Amino acid sequence: MSASKNEWPLWEVFVRSRQGLSHKHVGSLHAADATMAVNNARDVYTRRQEGTSIWVVKAEDITASTPAEKDILFDPANDKVYRHPTFYDLPDEVKNM
Amino acid sequence: MTQEMDLNQRFEDYIAADQKIEAKDWMPDAYRKTLIRQISQHAHSEIIGMQPEGNWITRAPSLKRKSILLAKVQDEAGHGLYLYSAAETLGITRDEMLDALHTGKAKYSSIFNYPTLTWADMGAVGWLVDGAAIMNQVPLCKCSYGPYARAMVRVCKEESFHQRQGFQVMLNLSNGTAEQKAMAQDALNRWWWPSLMMFGPNDASSKHSEQSMRWKIKRFSNDELRQRFVDMTVPQAELLGLSVPDPALKWNEETGHYDFGPIDWSEFEQVISGNGPCNRERIAHRVNAHNEGAWVREAAAAHAAKVAARADQQTHAA
Repeated sequence: MSASKNEWPLWEVFVRSRQGLSHKHVGSLHAADATMAVNNARDVYTRRQEGTSIWVVKAEDITASTPAEKDILFDPANDKVYRHPTFYDLPDEVKNM
Repeated sequence: MTQEMDLNQRFEDYIAADQKIEAKDWMPDAYRKTLIRQISQHAHSEIIGMQPEGNWITRAPSLKRKSILLAKVQDEAGHGLYLYSAAETLGITRDEMLDALHTGKAKYSSIFNYPTLTWADMGAVGWLVDGAAIMNQVPLCKCSYGPYARAMVRVCKEESFHQRQGFQVMLNLSNGTAEQKAMAQDALNRWWWPSLMMFGPNDASSKHSEQSMRWKIKRFSNDELRQRFVDMTVPQAELLGLSVPDPALKWNEETGHYDFGPIDWSEFEQVISGNGPCNRERIAHRVNAHNEGAWVREAAAAHAAKVAARADQQTHAA
């Protein structure tokens, strides 16, 4: 459909819920430009003081790993249990470590 | 072929283990189609659902009630937007969905094809319609498709104020003059049966239910949720001093539930196939609003393109 060509671009919205926390993905919306995306994000995603800061990123500018890569990317971590503190058995006398 | 089978097996394993399916994960076509249909219809219901209540914003009885109603209708718009973007993760465009709504190809909840005749309807809609919606929506927070489940968590958090404000409107009217109480009773009379229909056909005749339950999109059957709604709502009507318009309604000691009379499914069929009291009006209004906003969408897009081109030029010049 030709109408889709006129559709405003899609933006992904990230909101910092309060100072000290990182921005978190909350959803997406359409807007003509970045300023409008921030304004719309304010109305759509923070009507109840859910945030103190908003990021918007054009969805097409995000590069994501694909589910097909999941094994290649994340499985190697599986057999490296020595990266976790619980791998190391220490005598009970050692406290606070 | 074998790869397809592997993928399907992985999908089935995820579902069985109550893992969420995410947008880019492989999923069977039928699962994708079912979700697109359900999520877009849900979004359309929120958007069309703005109209029956929008009807009373300028005539709310006080500034407080007007602010509340405005906030509620704005929430419905927000819910529609969360849901449209959840549906878009499945590969359908916003324009395609709007087109389906405007041409009558897509359905929306039949409840919004009933008129809101008096102020008491604002109470009954919040109390009953939003009450039934909550009953339907809470289990969707756990549905197997991640983006839909997350959108529903937001919706449900906001929906509770909708029901409470509606009940309070009913409470005030019920404790008011005889005329006000009669208005509340009249609203209950008109909204009760359509609210029960919101849960959809009886389990035996619900064509999508079984597959959706297996995919964990749906967690409870239509009849189960309807019964739960009746059990919860009847005592609330008693508290209001109003009577539910069903002569067959009776507490059943044995089952621990209320028995209620048969639903007039021919009315449901009529309304859902386009012949309810307001179907044409609702769609005409929506299409009109969309068309009248066209110049705004075009102007904003043109402005954004111009600003981007100018910025581009400056980078090249520098």
